[in-house]
Amino acid sequence: MKDFLKMEKFASEARKNCLYCIANLGVGHVGGALSIIEILTYLYNEEMKNLNPSNPNAEDRDMLVLSKGHSGPALYSVLAMKGYFPMAWLATLNKGGTNLPSHCDRNRTPGIDMSTGSLGQGLSAACGMAYGALLKKNNQCIYCIIGDGETEEGQNWEAAMFASANGLDNLIGITDYNKLQIDGTVEEVSGLKDLEKKWTSFGWEVFSCNGHDFSDLEKVFSKCHEKNGKPKMIICNTVKAKGFPRLENKIESHNSKITLDEVKELYKGEVVEWLN
Amino acid sequence: MAELEMRQVYCQTLSELAEKDSRLVILEADLMKSSGTFPFKEKYKERAVECGVAEANMVGIASGLSLQGFIPFAATFGCFASRRAFDQFFISSNYAKLNVKLVGTDPGVAAVFNGGTHMPFEDIGLMRMIPKLVISEPSDPVSLKSIVKLMYEYDGCCYLRMHRQAVDKIYSENEKFELGKSKILKDGKDVTLVSLGAIMLKQTLMAADMLEKDGIKATVIDALSVKPLDADTISDSVKKTGIVVCCENHQIDGGLGISVAKMLLDKQINFKIGYIGINDSFGQVGTLDFLLSQYNLTAKDIYKKVKELCK
Repeated sequence: MKDFLKMEKFASEARKNCLYCIANLGVGHVGGALSIIEILTYLYNEEMKNLNPSNPNAEDRDMLVLSKGHSGPALYSVLAMKGYFPMAWLATLNKGGTNLPSHCDRNRTPGIDMSTGSLGQGLSAACGMAYGALLKKNNQCIYCIIGDGETEEGQNWEAAMFASANGLDNLIGITDYNKLQIDGTVEEVSGLKDLEKKWTSFGWEVFSCNGHDFSDLEKVFSKCHEKNGKPKMIICNTVKAKGFPRLENKIESHNSKITLDEVKELYKGEVVEWLN
Repeated sequence: MAELEMRQVYCQTLSELAEKDSRLVILEADLMKSSGTFPFKEKYKERAVECGVAEANMVGIASGLSLQGFIPFAATFGCFASRRAFDQFFISSNYAKLNVKLVGTDPGVAAVFNGGTHMPFEDIGLMRMIPKLVISEPSDPVSLKSIVKLMYEYDGCCYLRMHRQAVDKIYSENEKFELGKSKILKDGKDVTLVSLGAIMLKQTLMAADMLEKDGIKATVIDALSVKPLDADTISDSVKKTGIVVCCENHQIDGGLGISVAKMLLDKQINFKIGYIGINDSFGQVGTLDFLLSQYNLTAKDIYKKVKELCK
Protein backbone atom coordinates (compact mmCIF):
# COMPACT_ATOMS: atom_id res chain seq x y z
CA MET A 1 0.00 0.00 0.00
CA LYS A 2 1.48 3.29 -1.09
CA ASP A 3 1.58 6.24 1.26
CA PHE A 4 -1.20 8.32 -0.28
CA LEU A 5 -1.17 10.79 2.59
CA LYS A 6 2.45 11.59 1.88
CA MET A 7 1.63 12.13 -1.78
CA GLU A 8 -1.32 14.36 -0.86
CA LYS A 9 1.02 16.47 1.24
CA PHE A 10 3.61 16.66 -1.53
CA ALA A 11 0.97 17.66 -4.09
CA SER A 12 -0.46 20.27 -1.79
CA GLU A 13 3.00 21.76 -1.33
CA ALA A 14 3.73 21.57 -5.07
CA ARG A 15 0.45 23.33 -5.85
CA LYS A 16 1.31 26.08 -3.40
CA ASN A 17 4.80 26.49 -4.87
CA CYS A 18 3.38 26.56 -8.37
CA LEU A 19 0.80 29.21 -7.51
CA TYR A 20 3.34 31.41 -5.75
CA CYS A 21 5.75 30.90 -8.66
CA ILE A 22 3.19 32.21 -11.17
CA ALA A 23 1.73 34.87 -8.84
CA ASN A 24 5.20 36.23 -8.17
CA LEU A 25 5.42 36.97 -11.89
CA GLY A 26 1.77 38.01 -12.01
CA VAL A 27 0.67 36.00 -15.03
CA GLY A 28 0.97 32.49 -16.37
CA HIS A 29 -0.55 29.22 -17.48
CA VAL A 30 -2.32 28.56 -14.21
CA GLY A 31 -4.99 26.19 -15.49
CA GLY A 32 -2.94 23.53 -17.21
CA ALA A 33 -0.24 23.68 -14.56
CA LEU A 34 -2.58 23.02 -11.66
CA SER A 35 -4.40 20.23 -13.49
CA ILE A 36 -1.28 18.04 -13.62
CA ILE A 37 0.08 18.54 -10.08
CA GLU A 38 -1.08 15.12 -8.84
CA ILE A 39 0.10 13.39 -12.02
CA LEU A 40 3.59 14.87 -11.64
CA THR A 41 3.59 14.13 -7.92
CA TYR A 42 2.83 10.50 -8.62
CA LEU A 43 5.39 10.25 -11.42
CA TYR A 44 8.27 11.77 -9.44
CA ASN A 45 7.52 10.09 -6.11
CA GLU A 46 6.25 6.67 -7.08
CA GLU A 47 6.49 5.89 -10.71
CA MET A 48 9.67 6.99 -12.45
CA LYS A 49 12.78 4.89 -11.78
CA ASN A 50 16.49 5.62 -11.49
CA LEU A 51 16.04 9.36 -11.04
CA ASN A 52 18.95 11.15 -9.48
CA PRO A 53 18.62 14.92 -8.96
CA SER A 54 22.39 15.28 -8.62
CA ASN A 55 22.86 13.47 -11.95
CA PRO A 56 19.75 14.47 -13.90
CA ASN A 57 21.07 12.97 -17.14
CA ALA A 58 21.78 9.47 -15.82
CA GLU A 59 21.56 7.16 -18.80
CA ASP A 60 19.22 4.53 -17.37
CA ARG A 61 16.69 6.96 -15.93
CA ASP A 62 13.05 6.99 -16.86
CA MET A 63 12.32 10.13 -18.87
CA LEU A 64 9.43 12.54 -19.12
CA VAL A 65 8.43 14.72 -22.04
CA LEU A 66 6.03 17.41 -20.89
CA SER A 67 4.67 17.98 -24.36
CA LYS A 68 2.25 20.61 -23.08
CA GLY A 69 5.35 22.67 -22.35
CA HIS A 70 3.38 25.67 -21.10
CA SER A 71 2.74 23.79 -17.86
CA GLY A 72 6.41 24.24 -17.00
CA PRO A 73 5.75 25.91 -13.61
CA ALA A 74 4.04 22.75 -12.31
CA LEU A 75 7.01 20.62 -13.26
CA TYR A 76 9.48 23.20 -11.95
CA SER A 77 7.77 23.12 -8.55
CA VAL A 78 8.04 19.34 -8.41
CA LEU A 79 11.65 19.28 -9.66
CA ALA A 80 12.68 21.94 -7.14
CA MET A 81 11.04 19.99 -4.32
CA LYS A 82 12.89 16.87 -5.46
CA GLY A 83 16.20 18.74 -5.30
CA TYR A 84 17.04 19.25 -8.97
CA PHE A 85 17.70 22.93 -8.34
CA PRO A 86 17.25 25.45 -5.51
CA MET A 87 13.70 26.39 -4.54
CA ALA A 88 14.72 30.04 -4.93
CA TRP A 89 14.78 29.54 -8.72
CA LEU A 90 10.97 29.48 -8.58
CA ALA A 91 11.09 33.22 -7.94
CA THR A 92 12.77 33.74 -11.33
CA LEU A 93 10.05 32.38 -13.64
CA ASN A 94 10.22 34.14 -17.01
CA LYS A 95 12.54 36.84 -15.76
CA GLY A 96 15.37 37.73 -18.16
CA GLY A 97 18.16 35.16 -18.01
CA THR A 98 16.11 32.71 -15.93
CA ASN A 99 16.60 28.96 -15.96
CA LEU A 100 12.83 28.58 -15.72
CA PRO A 101 11.13 29.79 -18.90
CA SER A 102 7.36 29.40 -19.18
CA HIS A 103 7.85 26.58 -21.71
CA CYS A 104 10.22 23.75 -20.84
CA ASP A 105 13.80 24.00 -22.11
CA ARG A 106 16.13 21.04 -21.63
CA ASN A 107 19.17 23.26 -22.04
CA ARG A 108 18.23 25.55 -19.17
CA THR A 109 16.60 23.46 -16.49
CA PRO A 110 18.12 20.45 -14.72
CA GLY A 111 15.65 17.56 -14.87
CA ILE A 112 13.86 18.72 -18.03
CA ASP A 113 14.34 15.90 -20.51
CA MET A 114 13.02 17.62 -23.64
CA SER A 115 12.37 21.15 -24.86
CA THR A 116 8.70 21.62 -25.61
CA GLY A 117 6.21 24.36 -26.23
CA SER A 118 5.35 24.02 -29.89
CA LEU A 119 2.35 21.81 -29.25
CA GLY A 120 2.09 18.40 -30.82
CA GLN A 121 5.79 17.65 -31.00
CA GLY A 122 6.47 15.94 -27.68
CA LEU A 123 4.94 12.56 -28.39
CA SER A 124 7.11 12.10 -31.48
CA ALA A 125 10.24 12.81 -29.45
CA ALA A 126 8.98 10.41 -26.78
CA CYS A 127 8.53 7.76 -29.50
CA GLY A 128 12.16 8.28 -30.52
CA MET A 129 13.28 8.00 -26.90
CA ALA A 130 11.23 4.83 -26.40
CA TYR A 131 12.48 3.34 -29.66
CA GLY A 132 16.03 4.19 -28.58
CA ALA A 133 15.52 2.49 -25.23
CA LEU A 134 14.39 -0.68 -27.01
CA LEU A 135 17.42 -0.48 -29.32
CA LYS A 136 19.67 -0.17 -26.27
CA LYS A 137 17.79 -3.03 -24.67
CA ASN A 138 17.47 -1.19 -21.39
CA ASN A 139 14.47 -1.02 -19.10
CA GLN A 140 13.80 2.67 -19.36
CA CYS A 141 10.22 3.80 -19.45
CA ILE A 142 9.34 6.97 -21.34
CA TYR A 143 6.44 9.13 -20.18
CA CYS A 144 4.79 11.87 -22.18
CA ILE A 145 2.11 14.25 -20.95
CA ILE A 146 -0.03 15.80 -23.65
CA GLY A 147 -2.88 18.26 -23.33
CA ASP A 148 -6.39 17.56 -24.55
CA GLY A 149 -6.38 20.71 -26.69
CA GLU A 150 -2.91 19.73 -27.86
CA THR A 151 -4.37 16.43 -29.07
CA GLU A 152 -5.86 18.41 -31.96
CA GLU A 153 -2.36 18.65 -33.46
CA GLY A 154 -2.17 15.97 -36.15
CA GLN A 155 1.41 15.06 -35.35
CA ASN A 156 0.13 13.26 -32.23
CA TRP A 157 -1.69 10.81 -34.43
CA GLU A 158 1.36 10.25 -36.61
CA ALA A 159 3.24 9.42 -33.42
CA ALA A 160 0.36 7.25 -32.23
CA MET A 161 0.60 5.12 -35.37
CA PHE A 162 4.37 4.86 -35.14
CA ALA A 163 4.29 3.82 -31.48
CA SER A 164 1.86 0.98 -32.05
CA ALA A 165 3.44 -0.12 -35.34
CA ASN A 166 6.77 -0.42 -33.53
CA GLY A 167 5.41 -2.04 -30.37
CA LEU A 168 6.65 0.67 -28.03
CA ASP A 169 5.35 -0.88 -24.83
CA ASN A 170 7.86 1.16 -22.85
CA LEU A 171 6.00 4.35 -23.76
CA ILE A 172 3.30 5.69 -21.46
CA GLY A 173 1.26 8.61 -22.73
CA ILE A 174 -0.77 10.66 -20.30
CA THR A 175 -3.57 12.96 -21.46
CA ASP A 176 -4.40 15.87 -19.19
CA TYR A 177 -8.10 15.74 -19.99
CA ASN A 178 -9.32 18.93 -18.35
CA LYS A 179 -11.72 19.58 -21.24
CA LEU A 180 -10.91 23.25 -21.66
CA GLN A 181 -8.67 25.12 -24.06
CA ILE A 182 -8.00 28.75 -24.97
CA ASP A 183 -10.98 29.40 -27.23
CA GLY A 184 -13.57 27.38 -25.35
CA THR A 185 -14.32 23.87 -24.23
CA VAL A 186 -12.47 21.17 -26.13
CA GLU A 187 -15.74 19.86 -27.49
CA GLU A 188 -16.76 23.32 -28.73
CA VAL A 189 -13.43 24.02 -30.35
CA SER A 190 -12.74 20.76 -32.08
CA GLY A 191 -14.49 17.79 -30.56
CA LEU A 192 -12.27 14.98 -29.36
CA LYS A 193 -15.47 12.97 -28.86
CA ASP A 194 -14.59 9.50 -27.62
CA LEU A 195 -10.93 9.96 -26.85
CA GLU A 196 -10.56 6.49 -25.38
CA LYS A 197 -11.85 4.86 -28.58
CA LYS A 198 -9.56 7.03 -30.68
CA TRP A 199 -6.41 5.83 -28.89
CA THR A 200 -7.67 2.25 -28.78
CA SER A 201 -8.26 2.27 -32.50
CA PHE A 202 -4.69 3.45 -33.00
CA GLY A 203 -3.49 0.29 -31.27
CA TRP A 204 -2.79 1.68 -27.81
CA GLU A 205 -3.83 0.14 -24.54
CA VAL A 206 -5.96 2.79 -22.91
CA PHE A 207 -6.78 3.47 -19.27
CA SER A 208 -8.85 6.17 -17.73
CA CYS A 209 -8.71 7.62 -14.24
CA ASN A 210 -9.26 10.60 -12.00
CA GLY A 211 -6.02 12.52 -12.45
CA HIS A 212 -6.26 14.06 -8.99
CA ASP A 213 -6.82 10.81 -7.09
CA PHE A 214 -3.68 8.94 -6.03
CA SER A 215 -5.43 5.67 -5.43
CA ASP A 216 -6.84 5.85 -8.96
CA LEU A 217 -3.50 6.90 -10.42
CA GLU A 218 -1.82 3.96 -8.72
CA LYS A 219 -4.36 1.54 -10.14
CA VAL A 220 -3.76 2.60 -13.72
CA PHE A 221 0.01 3.10 -13.55
CA SER A 222 0.42 -0.35 -12.04
CA LYS A 223 -1.24 -1.82 -15.16
CA CYS A 224 0.97 0.09 -17.59
CA HIS A 225 4.10 -1.98 -17.51
CA GLU A 226 2.95 -5.09 -19.27
CA LYS A 227 5.35 -6.03 -22.07
CA ASN A 228 2.58 -6.72 -24.55
CA GLY A 229 3.89 -4.78 -27.53
CA LYS A 230 1.39 -1.97 -26.99
CA PRO A 231 2.04 1.64 -26.02
CA LYS A 232 -0.14 2.79 -23.12
CA MET A 233 -2.31 5.88 -22.84
CA ILE A 234 -3.72 7.03 -19.54
CA ILE A 235 -6.53 9.51 -19.96
CA CYS A 236 -6.52 11.49 -16.75
CA ASN A 237 -9.75 13.29 -16.07
CA THR A 238 -8.66 16.52 -14.47
CA VAL A 239 -9.93 19.95 -13.52
CA LYS A 240 -8.24 22.96 -15.03
CA ALA A 241 -6.81 25.29 -12.37
CA LYS A 242 -7.58 22.66 -9.72
CA GLY A 243 -7.15 24.13 -6.26
CA PHE A 244 -7.42 27.79 -7.23
CA PRO A 245 -11.12 28.51 -6.75
CA ARG A 246 -11.36 31.76 -8.71
CA LEU A 247 -10.22 30.08 -11.92
CA GLU A 248 -11.08 26.44 -11.28
CA ASN A 249 -12.72 24.85 -14.32
CA LYS A 250 -12.81 28.20 -16.09
CA ILE A 251 -11.78 28.71 -19.73
CA GLU A 252 -9.90 31.91 -18.83
CA SER A 253 -7.61 29.94 -16.52
CA HIS A 254 -5.42 28.91 -19.46
CA ASN A 255 -3.19 31.95 -19.23
CA SER A 256 -4.30 34.31 -16.55
CA LYS A 257 -3.21 37.08 -14.24
CA ILE A 258 -3.01 36.12 -10.59
CA THR A 259 -1.75 38.25 -7.75
CA LEU A 260 0.38 37.42 -4.73
CA ASP A 261 -2.34 38.89 -2.54
CA GLU A 262 -4.99 36.46 -3.68
CA VAL A 263 -2.63 33.51 -3.34
CA LYS A 264 -1.71 34.69 0.16
CA GLU A 265 -5.39 34.92 0.95
CA LEU A 266 -5.94 31.39 -0.33
CA TYR A 267 -3.19 30.11 1.96
CA LYS A 268 -4.37 32.26 4.89
CA GLY A 269 -1.26 34.41 4.86
CA GLU A 270 1.17 31.53 4.69
CA VAL A 271 3.96 32.45 2.24
CA VAL A 272 6.51 30.02 0.81
CA GLU A 273 9.99 30.39 2.28
CA TRP A 274 11.77 30.87 -1.05
CA LEU A 275 9.83 34.08 -1.66
CA ASN A 276 11.10 35.80 1.45
CA MET B 1 34.40 9.44 -65.85
CA ALA B 2 32.48 6.72 -64.08
CA GLU B 3 29.11 7.81 -62.83
CA LEU B 4 27.99 6.75 -59.39
CA GLU B 5 24.54 7.16 -57.94
CA MET B 6 24.72 9.60 -55.08
CA ARG B 7 22.15 7.64 -53.04
CA GLN B 8 24.33 4.54 -53.28
CA VAL B 9 27.23 6.53 -51.93
CA TYR B 10 25.01 7.86 -49.14
CA CYS B 11 23.91 4.36 -48.16
CA GLN B 12 27.39 2.86 -48.45
CA THR B 13 28.93 5.61 -46.36
CA LEU B 14 26.34 5.29 -43.60
CA SER B 15 26.67 1.52 -43.66
CA GLU B 16 30.43 1.77 -43.21
CA LEU B 17 30.00 4.17 -40.30
CA ALA B 18 27.26 2.03 -38.76
CA GLU B 19 29.55 -0.99 -38.81
CA LYS B 20 31.87 0.70 -36.35
CA ASP B 21 29.35 2.75 -34.41
CA SER B 22 26.12 1.28 -33.08
CA ARG B 23 24.83 4.79 -32.35
CA LEU B 24 24.26 5.49 -36.04
CA VAL B 25 20.64 5.05 -37.10
CA ILE B 26 18.73 6.11 -40.19
CA LEU B 27 15.13 7.24 -40.54
CA GLU B 28 12.94 7.24 -43.59
CA ALA B 29 9.43 8.42 -44.38
CA ASP B 30 8.38 5.83 -46.95
CA LEU B 31 11.17 6.85 -49.32
CA MET B 32 13.76 4.22 -48.50
CA LYS B 33 13.68 3.14 -52.12
CA SER B 34 14.29 6.71 -53.32
CA SER B 35 17.01 7.40 -50.76
CA GLY B 36 18.70 4.12 -51.65
CA THR B 37 18.88 2.92 -48.07
CA PHE B 38 17.32 -0.56 -48.38
CA PRO B 39 20.78 -2.20 -48.14
CA PHE B 40 21.25 -0.43 -44.79
CA LYS B 41 17.94 -1.82 -43.56
CA GLU B 42 18.80 -5.33 -44.71
CA LYS B 43 22.02 -5.23 -42.73
CA TYR B 44 21.12 -3.19 -39.67
CA LYS B 45 17.41 -3.99 -39.45
CA GLU B 46 15.83 -2.04 -36.61
CA ARG B 47 18.51 0.64 -36.88
CA ALA B 48 16.67 1.70 -40.04
CA VAL B 49 13.55 3.35 -38.67
CA GLU B 50 10.61 3.42 -41.05
CA CYS B 51 8.33 6.31 -40.06
CA GLY B 52 5.80 6.10 -42.87
CA VAL B 53 4.51 9.14 -44.74
CA ALA B 54 4.89 11.39 -41.72
CA GLU B 55 7.93 13.65 -42.05
CA ALA B 56 7.15 15.86 -39.07
CA ASN B 57 6.91 12.79 -36.88
CA MET B 58 10.14 11.42 -38.37
CA VAL B 59 12.05 14.53 -37.35
CA GLY B 60 10.57 14.34 -33.85
CA ILE B 61 11.54 10.68 -33.56
CA ALA B 62 15.05 11.52 -34.76
CA SER B 63 15.23 14.12 -31.99
CA GLY B 64 14.14 11.56 -29.40
CA LEU B 65 16.77 9.11 -30.67
CA SER B 66 19.37 11.84 -30.37
CA LEU B 67 18.31 12.37 -26.75
CA GLN B 68 19.12 8.71 -26.20
CA GLY B 69 22.63 9.21 -27.62
CA PHE B 70 22.00 7.92 -31.13
CA ILE B 71 23.20 9.74 -34.25
CA PRO B 72 20.19 9.86 -36.55
CA PHE B 73 20.28 10.57 -40.30
CA ALA B 74 16.70 11.26 -41.39
CA ALA B 75 16.03 11.53 -45.12
CA THR B 76 13.15 12.59 -47.30
CA PHE B 77 12.59 14.80 -50.33
CA GLY B 78 13.97 18.28 -49.65
CA CYS B 79 10.54 19.88 -50.01
CA PHE B 80 9.20 17.80 -47.11
CA ALA B 81 12.38 18.03 -45.04
CA SER B 82 12.13 21.81 -45.17
CA ARG B 83 8.59 22.97 -45.82
CA ARG B 84 6.75 20.12 -44.08
CA ALA B 85 8.93 19.45 -41.07
CA PHE B 86 10.40 22.91 -40.51
CA ASP B 87 8.96 23.61 -37.07
CA GLN B 88 9.84 20.12 -35.86
CA PHE B 89 13.41 20.48 -37.07
CA PHE B 90 13.56 24.02 -35.70
CA ILE B 91 12.21 23.28 -32.21
CA SER B 92 12.61 19.57 -31.46
CA SER B 93 16.06 19.27 -33.07
CA ASN B 94 17.81 22.65 -33.25
CA TYR B 95 16.28 24.69 -30.43
CA ALA B 96 16.66 21.62 -28.22
CA LYS B 97 20.34 21.56 -29.28
CA LEU B 98 20.29 17.92 -30.32
CA ASN B 99 22.30 16.02 -32.88
CA VAL B 100 19.99 15.40 -35.82
CA LYS B 101 21.16 15.11 -39.43
CA LEU B 102 18.34 15.94 -41.82
CA VAL B 103 18.78 15.00 -45.46
CA GLY B 104 16.73 16.71 -48.16
CA THR B 105 16.99 14.96 -51.52
CA ASP B 106 16.07 16.13 -55.02
CA PRO B 107 17.24 19.71 -54.62
CA GLY B 108 15.52 22.36 -56.73
CA VAL B 109 14.73 21.26 -60.27
CA ALA B 110 16.18 17.78 -59.65
CA ALA B 111 12.65 16.66 -58.78
CA VAL B 112 11.90 16.80 -62.57
CA PHE B 113 8.71 14.79 -63.24
CA ASN B 114 7.47 15.13 -59.66
CA GLY B 115 7.03 18.79 -60.48
CA GLY B 116 6.27 21.92 -58.53
CA THR B 117 4.87 20.22 -55.42
CA HIS B 118 8.15 18.36 -54.97
CA MET B 119 10.67 21.08 -55.84
CA PRO B 120 12.45 22.65 -52.92
CA PHE B 121 13.39 26.07 -54.26
CA GLU B 122 13.37 27.52 -50.75
CA ASP B 123 14.88 24.87 -48.47
CA ILE B 124 18.19 26.71 -48.14
CA GLY B 125 16.38 29.95 -47.39
CA LEU B 126 14.40 28.29 -44.61
CA MET B 127 17.31 26.34 -43.19
CA ARG B 128 19.71 29.29 -43.28
CA MET B 129 17.47 31.03 -40.76
CA ILE B 130 18.02 28.33 -38.16
CA PRO B 131 20.76 29.50 -35.77
CA LYS B 132 24.02 27.55 -35.93
CA LEU B 133 22.68 24.94 -38.35
CA VAL B 134 25.35 23.44 -40.63
CA ILE B 135 24.14 23.30 -44.25
CA SER B 136 25.97 21.61 -47.09
CA GLU B 137 25.30 20.48 -50.64
CA PRO B 138 27.96 18.12 -51.99
CA SER B 139 28.68 18.22 -55.70
CA ASP B 140 29.88 14.69 -56.46
CA PRO B 141 30.17 11.22 -54.92
CA VAL B 142 33.55 11.93 -53.31
CA SER B 143 32.44 15.14 -51.63
CA LEU B 144 29.18 13.48 -50.57
CA LYS B 145 30.98 10.60 -48.89
CA SER B 146 33.29 12.94 -47.07
CA ILE B 147 30.59 15.38 -46.00
CA VAL B 148 28.35 12.59 -44.67
CA LYS B 149 31.31 11.43 -42.56
CA LEU B 150 32.03 14.98 -41.39
CA MET B 151 28.38 15.49 -40.42
CA TYR B 152 28.42 12.19 -38.53
CA GLU B 153 31.49 13.37 -36.59
CA TYR B 154 30.07 16.84 -35.93
CA ASP B 155 28.07 17.12 -32.72
CA GLY B 156 25.05 19.20 -33.72
CA CYS B 157 22.28 19.52 -36.25
CA CYS B 158 23.04 19.48 -39.98
CA TYR B 159 21.05 19.80 -43.18
CA LEU B 160 22.41 17.83 -46.11
CA ARG B 161 21.00 18.92 -49.47
CA MET B 162 21.56 15.82 -51.55
CA HIS B 163 21.18 15.05 -55.22
CA ARG B 164 20.47 11.33 -55.35
CA GLN B 165 21.03 10.52 -59.01
CA ALA B 166 24.31 9.67 -60.74
CA VAL B 167 26.63 12.61 -61.31
CA ASP B 168 30.15 13.06 -62.61
CA LYS B 169 33.01 12.58 -60.25
CA ILE B 170 34.81 15.88 -59.68
CA TYR B 171 37.28 15.07 -56.94
CA SER B 172 39.94 12.43 -56.51
CA GLU B 173 39.32 9.89 -53.78
CA ASN B 174 41.98 11.36 -51.48
CA GLU B 175 40.62 14.94 -51.58
CA LYS B 176 40.15 16.34 -48.07
CA PHE B 177 37.03 18.31 -47.16
CA GLU B 178 35.96 20.37 -44.17
CA LEU B 179 32.53 21.54 -43.07
CA GLY B 180 32.30 25.25 -43.84
CA LYS B 181 34.94 25.08 -46.57
CA SER B 182 34.58 25.42 -50.31
CA LYS B 183 36.92 24.21 -53.08
CA ILE B 184 38.54 26.20 -55.84
CA LEU B 185 38.29 24.11 -58.98
CA LYS B 186 39.68 26.62 -61.45
CA ASP B 187 41.67 29.79 -60.92
CA GLY B 188 41.07 32.85 -63.09
CA LYS B 189 41.58 36.59 -62.70
CA ASP B 190 38.48 38.04 -64.37
CA VAL B 191 35.39 36.69 -62.64
CA THR B 192 34.47 34.51 -59.65
CA LEU B 193 31.81 31.89 -60.23
CA VAL B 194 30.44 30.42 -57.01
CA SER B 195 28.45 27.27 -57.64
CA LEU B 196 26.34 25.10 -55.40
CA GLY B 197 25.52 21.45 -55.97
CA ALA B 198 26.16 18.90 -58.69
CA ILE B 199 23.66 20.20 -61.24
CA MET B 200 24.93 23.78 -61.15
CA LEU B 201 28.60 22.84 -60.94
CA LYS B 202 28.35 21.08 -64.29
CA GLN B 203 26.75 24.18 -65.86
CA THR B 204 29.24 26.49 -64.19
CA LEU B 205 32.28 24.56 -65.42
CA MET B 206 30.83 24.58 -68.94
CA ALA B 207 30.25 28.33 -68.67
CA ALA B 208 33.84 28.84 -67.54
CA ASP B 209 35.05 27.02 -70.68
CA MET B 210 32.80 29.16 -72.88
CA LEU B 211 34.12 32.33 -71.24
CA GLU B 212 37.69 31.21 -71.66
CA LYS B 213 37.17 31.06 -75.41
CA ASP B 214 36.29 34.77 -75.20
CA GLY B 215 39.44 35.43 -73.19
CA ILE B 216 37.60 35.75 -69.84
CA LYS B 217 39.30 33.71 -67.18
CA ALA B 218 37.01 32.54 -64.38
CA THR B 219 37.70 31.28 -60.91
CA VAL B 220 35.25 28.47 -60.21
CA ILE B 221 34.43 27.84 -56.56
CA ASP B 222 32.43 24.79 -55.55
CA ALA B 223 30.72 26.31 -52.49
CA LEU B 224 29.83 22.94 -50.87
CA SER B 225 28.94 24.70 -47.63
CA VAL B 226 26.08 27.18 -47.41
CA LYS B 227 26.37 27.67 -43.67
CA PRO B 228 28.84 28.50 -42.45
CA LEU B 229 29.79 30.24 -45.67
CA ASP B 230 33.44 29.97 -46.65
CA ALA B 231 33.83 33.75 -46.49
CA ASP B 232 37.62 33.80 -46.79
CA THR B 233 37.90 31.74 -49.97
CA ILE B 234 35.08 33.58 -51.71
CA SER B 235 36.07 37.09 -50.63
CA ASP B 236 39.76 36.55 -51.43
CA SER B 237 38.77 35.61 -54.96
CA VAL B 238 36.32 38.51 -55.39
CA LYS B 239 38.96 40.95 -54.15
CA LYS B 240 41.01 39.87 -57.17
CA THR B 241 38.28 39.60 -59.80
CA GLY B 242 35.81 42.29 -58.67
CA ILE B 243 32.95 40.35 -60.26
CA VAL B 244 31.07 37.43 -58.78
CA VAL B 245 28.23 35.32 -60.16
CA CYS B 246 26.52 32.89 -57.81
CA CYS B 247 24.94 29.85 -59.43
CA GLU B 248 22.37 27.87 -57.53
CA ASN B 249 19.50 25.50 -58.13
CA HIS B 250 17.35 27.40 -55.61
CA GLN B 251 15.26 30.54 -55.28
CA ILE B 252 17.51 33.60 -55.52
CA ASP B 253 15.80 35.14 -52.50
CA GLY B 254 17.19 33.47 -49.40
CA GLY B 255 19.77 31.46 -51.29
CA LEU B 256 23.54 31.22 -51.54
CA GLY B 257 23.95 34.34 -53.70
CA ILE B 258 22.23 36.59 -51.18
CA SER B 259 24.39 35.13 -48.47
CA VAL B 260 27.53 35.82 -50.54
CA ALA B 261 26.40 39.38 -51.30
CA LYS B 262 25.82 40.17 -47.64
CA MET B 263 29.18 38.73 -46.67
CA LEU B 264 30.97 40.82 -49.33
CA LEU B 265 29.08 43.97 -48.31
CA ASP B 266 29.99 43.33 -44.67
CA LYS B 267 33.63 43.13 -45.72
CA GLN B 268 33.25 46.38 -47.71
CA ILE B 269 34.74 44.90 -50.84
CA ASN B 270 34.04 46.60 -54.18
CA PHE B 271 32.25 44.11 -56.35
CA LYS B 272 29.63 43.55 -58.99
CA ILE B 273 27.34 40.58 -58.47
CA GLY B 274 25.06 38.48 -60.63
CA TYR B 275 22.60 35.86 -59.51
CA ILE B 276 21.82 32.66 -61.36
CA GLY B 277 18.93 30.96 -59.64
CA ILE B 278 15.18 30.65 -59.67
CA ASN B 279 13.64 34.08 -59.85
CA ASP B 280 10.51 34.27 -57.68
CA SER B 281 8.82 31.29 -59.31
CA PHE B 282 7.17 28.00 -58.40
CA GLY B 283 8.37 24.70 -59.79
CA GLN B 284 6.83 22.69 -62.62
CA VAL B 285 7.27 19.35 -64.37
CA GLY B 286 9.75 18.74 -67.16
CA THR B 287 13.03 17.14 -68.06
CA LEU B 288 16.12 18.48 -66.36
CA ASP B 289 17.20 20.18 -69.60
CA PHE B 290 13.81 21.83 -69.99
CA LEU B 291 13.78 23.04 -66.40
CA LEU B 292 17.35 24.37 -66.52
CA SER B 293 16.43 26.30 -69.62
CA GLN B 294 13.05 27.44 -68.26
CA TYR B 295 14.58 28.90 -65.10
CA ASN B 296 17.70 30.32 -66.80
CA LEU B 297 20.09 27.99 -65.01
CA THR B 298 22.14 26.83 -68.01
CA ALA B 299 25.81 27.37 -68.82
CA LYS B 300 24.67 29.81 -71.50
CA ASP B 301 22.74 31.85 -68.91
CA ILE B 302 25.80 31.98 -66.68
CA TYR B 303 27.94 32.98 -69.65
CA LYS B 304 25.50 35.76 -70.59
CA LYS B 305 25.33 37.06 -67.04
CA VAL B 306 29.12 37.28 -66.83
CA LYS B 307 29.33 39.07 -70.18
CA GLU B 308 26.77 41.64 -68.98
CA LEU B 309 28.74 42.27 -65.81
CA CYS B 310 32.04 42.52 -67.70
CA LYS B 311 30.75 45.31 -69.97
